[in-house]
Amino acid sequence: MIALLLRDLRLAIRAGGGFGLGLAFFLIVVVLVPFGVGSDRALLAAIAPGILWVGALLACLLSLDRIFALDHEDGSLDLLATAPIPLEGVVAMKAAAHWVTTGLPLTLAAPGLGLLLNLPAAGYGWLAASLALGTPALSMIGSFGAALTVGLKRGGLLLSLLVLPLYVPTLIFGAEAVARGIDGRDTGTPLLMLTAITLAAMALLPFAAAAAIRINLR
Amino acid sequence: MSSLWEYANPQKFMRTSSVLLPVFSVAAAICLGVGLVWGFFLTPEAENFGSTVKIIYIHVPSAMMAINAWVMMLVTSLIWLVRRHHVSALAARAAAPIGMTMTLIALITGAIWGEPMWGTYWVWDPRLTSFLILFLFYLGYIALWEAIENPDAAADLTSVLCIVGSVFAVLSRYAVNFWSQGLHQGASLSLDKKENVADVFYIPLLFCIAGFVCLFVALVLLRTRTEIRARRIRAMIARERMA
Amino acid sequence: MELVVTDLACARGGVPVLEGVGFTLAAGQALMLRGPNGIGKTTLLRTLAGLQPPLAGTVSAPPESIAYAAHADGLKATLTVTENLTFWARIFGQTDIAPALEAFDLADLAGRPAQNLSAGQKRRLGLARLLVTGRPIWMLDEPTVSLDAASVAQFGHAVARHLAQGGAALIATHIDLGFEAGVLDVTAFRARPRRIDSFDEAFA
Repeated sequence: MIALLLRDLRLAIRAGGGFGLGLAFFLIVVVLVPFGVGSDRALLAAIAPGILWVGALLACLLSLDRIFALDHEDGSLDLLATAPIPLEGVVAMKAAAHWVTTGLPLTLAAPGLGLLLNLPAAGYGWLAASLALGTPALSMIGSFGAALTVGLKRGGLLLSLLVLPLYVPTLIFGAEAVARGIDGRDTGTPLLMLTAITLAAMALLPFAAAAAIRINLR
Repeated sequence: MSSLWEYANPQKFMRTSSVLLPVFSVAAAICLGVGLVWGFFLTPEAENFGSTVKIIYIHVPSAMMAINAWVMMLVTSLIWLVRRHHVSALAARAAAPIGMTMTLIALITGAIWGEPMWGTYWVWDPRLTSFLILFLFYLGYIALWEAIENPDAAADLTSVLCIVGSVFAVLSRYAVNFWSQGLHQGASLSLDKKENVADVFYIPLLFCIAGFVCLFVALVLLRTRTEIRARRIRAMIARERMA
Repeated sequence: MELVVTDLACARGGVPVLEGVGFTLAAGQALMLRGPNGIGKTTLLRTLAGLQPPLAGTVSAPPESIAYAAHADGLKATLTVTENLTFWARIFGQTDIAPALEAFDLADLAGRPAQNLSAGQKRRLGLARLLVTGRPIWMLDEPTVSLDAASVAQFGHAVARHLAQGGAALIATHIDLGFEAGVLDVTAFRARPRRIDSFDEAFA
């Protein structure tokens, strides 16, 4: 299974792998927001946690359909399904690879982009912490959505429609943790909920996603 | 009648539903007729609400059915996954657009009611937001059914989505509660008489709820029958091609 | 090591295509699947490989004994020949890819990215993958597509050697691969449509 993780990471880094695309998208979203809402620093500071979280979420969404679609096209998914490693493990590893190539860079870049949005000083730590705890859930939930739509020719749009409602709790708790951190209120509840969502998603969704892939391969 | 599962046989289902459909249709018409006429014309206007309060005769039942429809889809999806009864999966498929319409009705009537009450059509109140999210879940569920060619695979995948979606829908409800404290009044039917809607409004409301339940059942039966016929046509075409 | 198929029925897109399929494949044997396009050879192979459930009947084979290869080779364009093979070897718990490279004459191409290979070379790499799975029963769907005559002969040798080592192969192809093999014409198992006015619960 480690071989699968390493292969996916290697593929992402090689030419055409799309590594960094999500990061660039994140940057563009964050740059566009002030053009839309105006450059008032107080306003930007107020909406910064939400914009950064929504931006990270959209950037994550961008690369979801690649998780299984490419492997489905070239037949790898058929072969992985007949391989000795369980399909649940395949899903978990692919989600992990997605997180390392998308969620992790987003988490690392977010504080830098927070500067652009005049994020209050108290928010940086909470932003990084909430993204670090929340983005694995985004990758895992996204893998489930990708597994549902893997057999479809143009599943990208449908994938967004299926996954975005599932992202709502993660987004709420993530952005709330940052907002509370800035106000100096207690961030324990949202961060714990975020962690709970991530852990539960990692524990349960591989089974749902593997079932969906098996159905799609028939 | 040896077992409930007999009704999962399409032929048996068609026979039984052809009897039940008119019964529920008539019951829905009577209950809704009585409830709405009573509610709209024969109840006094509440002191501090005015006549706008009468929209509860549509708003409350549709909101209840919006959630009940999803619960029904969850149950039928589970039955399909466990027992592989095709009628069950088709009933889930049939219920989804009805549930979505109910959600939409609840949202729209709520907005119409909200304007005079709160001075705005929309607030990001936990209840309203949850219903909007529920609407999105219906949208995704229906879109997935439409997108997949193979009916069995579509039934399987939508069932998995329905189960996972249910968990996330409950989670969203909790998250949204946490996120914003609302304007929406408490439940209209908490059965706690002090906070509750007064008796004069209560009885016609019960009629309306019964009417919506019958309407929902009738529509689901009708749509399931359509789905079964569509599947038969599909199977016939497939056989023609093979022969 | 034996593959026993009894009274198997399989469906494509929910429509039954084959029924009553039965045969036995013992170690050292090869079986050629024949039949016109669309009869259900691919569906049968996918069912046997466990990628889709049969409508009826049983497939009995030792656990994890089947290696499946279809039209798509499961290759990644940006990985080299060695990287592609090594990946599949590790997935199947093997380490040595040298015999596979050698059997399909890929040693000279080992460092080249798969995107720079010709269609025939890619195909050879896809078939070499079978050797690194270490599994005895090969299920091959049109393995000779885009192979030239020399490569077909090479492939024939590889299968013959696999059979000699106690393996078995089930191959959907119309080409004579130059070794002794049984023939199974699946046309005989074509699913017969039932009467139009009768429907079971599955609308089939």
